[in-house]
Amino acid sequence: MLEKALTGSRRYWTWIFLLLGISGIGLIFYLKQLSYGLGITGMSRDVSWGFYIGQFTFLVGVAASAVMLVLPYYLHNYKVFGRITILGEFLAVASVTMCLLFIFVDMGQPMRIFNVLLHPTPNSIMFWDAVVLSGYLLLNIIVGWTVLGAEHKDVPPPGWVRPLIYLSIAWAPSIHTVTAFLYSGLPGRHFWLSAIMAARFLASAFSSGPSLLIILALIIRKFTRFDPGREAIQALGKIVTYFMITNVFFLGLEFFTAFYSNIPGHVYTFQYLYSGIEGHGKLVPMMWASNVLALIALILLINPKTRRNEKTLSIAAAAVFLSLWIDKGFGLIVGGFIPNPFERITEYWPTMPETLITLGVWAAGLLMLTVLYKIAVAVKEEETT
Amino acid sequence: MSLSRRDFLKLAGITTLSTLGSVSAVNLLRRDNIEASQVSPRPEALKAKRWAMVVDMRKFKTPEDYKRVIDACHSAHNVPDFGNPKDEVKWIWTDTFEHAFPGQESKYMPEGLKDKPLLLLCNHCDNPPCVRVCPTKATFKRSDGIVMQDMHRCIGCRFCMAACPYGARSFNWRDPRPYIRVENKEYPTRTIGVVEKCTFCTERIAKGLQPACVEESNGALLFGDLEDPDSEVRKALRTNFTIRRKSELGTGPGVYYIIGGSENA
Repeated sequence: MLEKALTGSRRYWTWIFLLLGISGIGLIFYLKQLSYGLGITGMSRDVSWGFYIGQFTFLVGVAASAVMLVLPYYLHNYKVFGRITILGEFLAVASVTMCLLFIFVDMGQPMRIFNVLLHPTPNSIMFWDAVVLSGYLLLNIIVGWTVLGAEHKDVPPPGWVRPLIYLSIAWAPSIHTVTAFLYSGLPGRHFWLSAIMAARFLASAFSSGPSLLIILALIIRKFTRFDPGREAIQALGKIVTYFMITNVFFLGLEFFTAFYSNIPGHVYTFQYLYSGIEGHGKLVPMMWASNVLALIALILLINPKTRRNEKTLSIAAAAVFLSLWIDKGFGLIVGGFIPNPFERITEYWPTMPETLITLGVWAAGLLMLTVLYKIAVAVKEEETT
Repeated sequence: MSLSRRDFLKLAGITTLSTLGSVSAVNLLRRDNIEASQVSPRPEALKAKRWAMVVDMRKFKTPEDYKRVIDACHSAHNVPDFGNPKDEVKWIWTDTFEHAFPGQESKYMPEGLKDKPLLLLCNHCDNPPCVRVCPTKATFKRSDGIVMQDMHRCIGCRFCMAACPYGARSFNWRDPRPYIRVENKEYPTRTIGVVEKCTFCTERIAKGLQPACVEESNGALLFGDLEDPDSEVRKALRTNFTIRRKSELGTGPGVYYIIGGSENA
């Protein structure tokens, strides 16, 4: 089926080369980072994780969301999703790949990456994160490719793939739970030390991922002859609505515990993020933008009229995605380091090379997604003609 | 037997993966983690069941007292000086009471004590969070309580820096070598992209010497075996009130502070 990615319109190739170009620029700056060191980024002794790990965390959520299509179809026989489970699975493949790339570019000694396998350390959550992420990647590649291949040949998918599908359903929440455990088990980082961190991660994952799927489905309908289906998009809209409400509710819980208990360590980061401390407030505008976007999204999603209208639904989906990208890709990770263990404030902002490397990874991921979706859509188009 | 190119690649791939897998499995099953072995200890080496330190702040009077101690450590261990906080690498340093012991300060504490610098370093915890999170065992606890860092195994993921509640760990954001004032050829320099921190001078203990900072402190820093009732540190702990940084986190820090009263303000 790979050959289907090799033929396409002029628009397809322009897009491919654009993405190649952006990842190429990212690669050049990555080589620069490799020789200069991670000092080329905005990170410091105090804020020792930044943009890269933020993107990684956010994208794990996007990857986990494939289960929102797979579960209703395979466990509840919700047929409407049957046509588009592949979109979820391939989105998961591209997202996990981006996650791995972001981890890679964040490493000080990337040549030593196999030390993680050579010296497996079960007491390190990072070890388990590597296990669940690579497992999830494999499951989605195998399941997605096999089911699509069967569809291509007009035969039912082989029986052995079913247990793998059920496994992938159980596996999806694990990747985000384990990723949350990276943060929520660290003594002395009060902002992260919260038992509902994993639950928050899942709620934001199941709203940001399906939001992206809505946007992708609309793009596919516009540019190809394959229609993911109005009903499927509406069902995704409802999923986003419930999980976005849950997500905002969970954030509210964090606020309550911090401010009602009034324990300084728990309050400081929230103050830093939303109002600034002692004149330090680089993230304040971003965090408020995230809140406003969440509010707009909720209004558009809860109101049935605007949710049913695909135009306003797509605006809501974009607002959810952007809001959670800021909240998780930026505020959550950077915020955890501010203030530092000495209750001093060192701020963080990504540098130009860091931003270009980040863009490069996103472009590489989008490139992978484009190729996978091109193949999937080509197979789907065969059926309709 | 003839192999097609495709079959060869498959075979090669499977072999590589299974070799890596079985090496990992064997490592995983070997529960009694072998101590990253030094050569057999010299007879003159200092030995202890649990190394610990007492910092007697009453004996730090002038800026020179701090500088002597910090310089001794940083020059012995080739710690670079970048001259900016962003790239900073430090093993032992100072900060004021309210920043060293956040939440312990009060408005009415002795004048001068509030702003008096305290000496800070790795606490060599009983239950070190940095060791718990390290994905490669590059940071590990020795049986004598010292938390060590293997800078050849470290992959630079900086999970330990996020986990350490004491801000004791530094990362080599840039090549440190050009920023070492005078290189000590007896001690290794570091490369880009690895984490480092205080090691309680394992290289000196092995030769029967006290840590560099202790030696230069004129008795303000005491170093010894916490499990030996007759050790210097135990004597100091018996006769003075001491506090430890963030001991409520359950880390069991091994550095104790004698703060003293207003007489040292």
